[in-house]
Amino acid sequence: MNQTHRRNARLDRLALIGVPALWLTLFVLVPFVIVVRLSLSESAIAMPPFEPVFDLSAGLAAFAEALGQLDFDKYVFLTTDPLYLESYLSSIRIAGLSTVLVLAIGYPLAYAMARAPRRLQPLLVTAVVLPFWTSFLIRIYAWMGILARDGYMNQALIGLGVISEPIELLSTDSAVMIGIVYSYLPFMVLPLYASLEKMDETLLEAAADLGCPPWQAFWRITVPLSLPGVVAGCLLVFIPAVGEFVIPDLLGGSDTLMIGKTLWTEFFANRDWPVASAVAVVLLVALLVPIGIYQNVQARQLEASR
Amino acid sequence: MKRFGAFHIVVLVVGFVFLYLPILLLVVYSFNASRLVTVWAGFSTHWYQTLWQNTQLIDAARVSMMVAAVSASIATVLGTLVAIVLVRLGRFRGRLVFSSLVYAPLVMPEVITGLSLLLLFVAVEFDRGFWTVTLAHVTFTLSFVAIVVQSRLLSFDRSLEEAAQDLGCPPAETFFRITLPIILPGLIAGWLLAFTLSLDDLVIASFTSGPGATTLPIQIYSAVRLGVSPEINAASTILIAVITVAVVAFSLVTKRSEVERQRTERRAA
Repeated sequence: MNQTHRRNARLDRLALIGVPALWLTLFVLVPFVIVVRLSLSESAIAMPPFEPVFDLSAGLAAFAEALGQLDFDKYVFLTTDPLYLESYLSSIRIAGLSTVLVLAIGYPLAYAMARAPRRLQPLLVTAVVLPFWTSFLIRIYAWMGILARDGYMNQALIGLGVISEPIELLSTDSAVMIGIVYSYLPFMVLPLYASLEKMDETLLEAAADLGCPPWQAFWRITVPLSLPGVVAGCLLVFIPAVGEFVIPDLLGGSDTLMIGKTLWTEFFANRDWPVASAVAVVLLVALLVPIGIYQNVQARQLEASR
Repeated sequence: MKRFGAFHIVVLVVGFVFLYLPILLLVVYSFNASRLVTVWAGFSTHWYQTLWQNTQLIDAARVSMMVAAVSASIATVLGTLVAIVLVRLGRFRGRLVFSSLVYAPLVMPEVITGLSLLLLFVAVEFDRGFWTVTLAHVTFTLSFVAIVVQSRLLSFDRSLEEAAQDLGCPPAETFFRITLPIILPGLIAGWLLAFTLSLDDLVIASFTSGPGATTLPIQIYSAVRLGVSPEINAASTILIAVITVAVVAFSLVTKRSEVERQRTERRAA
């Protein structure tokens, strides 16, 4: 009786892990293996523009042979055409600058939220999150109306007498950065707010008692204590911004280079699936470092909160 | 010591104006009589009327709703299983691989997720359409559900389950009668999050959808690429209204259940 009980418990456990594990293997792991495999195969013209990905029926010998036929041409190609290197670098530059801007706007906002009266704080958090729930595409679209040549921004600037002729705002790298700052602001504010909100106020009181001026107390106490929030927020903005497609496509110009857009073009316009796959693999490898740092910060925060 | 002065108020006002002004402008100009989005020519609901006749957009909205409802439901079941595995089963062989696969879709750029899933569907010769988008959406939203349910599982008192089992309640029944009702708000939150993420997704849907399965974002995107139009403003406004109502209703529900929970806990103490 006891033994069947134990066996049943083990079966339950296996089923519990098995169902999601099967799903994740099938739809996360296998697809990624296919991308890697495809990036190593030759482009073929016309219908599915690549050779068979895997022929499972052929067995191990065929698999070994397939390994022998791996073709690193696509990766060599990525280094010969400057378009790709420039796309990667320009993505990192635009995402990096945007992250700095989001931090510059998000820090004071999170700070003021953490300082607001207690009963107001849940309302402020909801107010920051609410735009995040409205469609991403629509929020970017809203900025098209603002930044367009006859848009609200130019109208306002002309109305105020700052400029006399409309200036080019849309279709520039700056517009892309504005788009990123706007759509990713909640990702920065929330972790910052979380770390500022739980800060021990008595530390600041002690500093003041010991004659430390407020701005110095801010630099030497508040900023270091909020550092985990700063790192988490920056990575939460930077990582997705690097691979962004929608923002550079709608707000950027024809000369705005970002790797997400390059991959999209390679796939949908040039229909070169192997090159698109190689671009994806390199992008992911490039992001492994910031992703690793982020996981690390998360794990440490989880540990600290226990 | 805690000071909340003029500086903080100014920062909050500027910050929230930045967050809400673009959305507000979009809503206001959806009621503009003029064809030019940026020139105000009086109040009109004209664009809502033409929207009503735009069958393409309405069909796309219907497809999106169905994809979102089906994928959010499957993702909630799978995400809850994932959360239980991660919180309750402790160490098991392959745990690191398992959790990496759970978190991968959260950090992977959407273009990569979309591309890899499309290549999978092509490799197994699965025709692209409603089900490929739905499967793709389940895969990327179940991670979000898992995180939401996980936090709910971590915060609740396990002695209730232990008590039930001590009284002879079998594990499955304990789950459905004790655990599930307690984590239900987490499941609802996860479902809503999955639903809105699916409703919002353009990139992954573009890769994985086929003929006859054009979702609303894909339809809006192709219209938006041609420039700003008052009809898209109207469609956006409806979407914003629907989501705002859902979010506010949800936060009221969770707030009430939270208050009730605290009250029962206080009474029990």
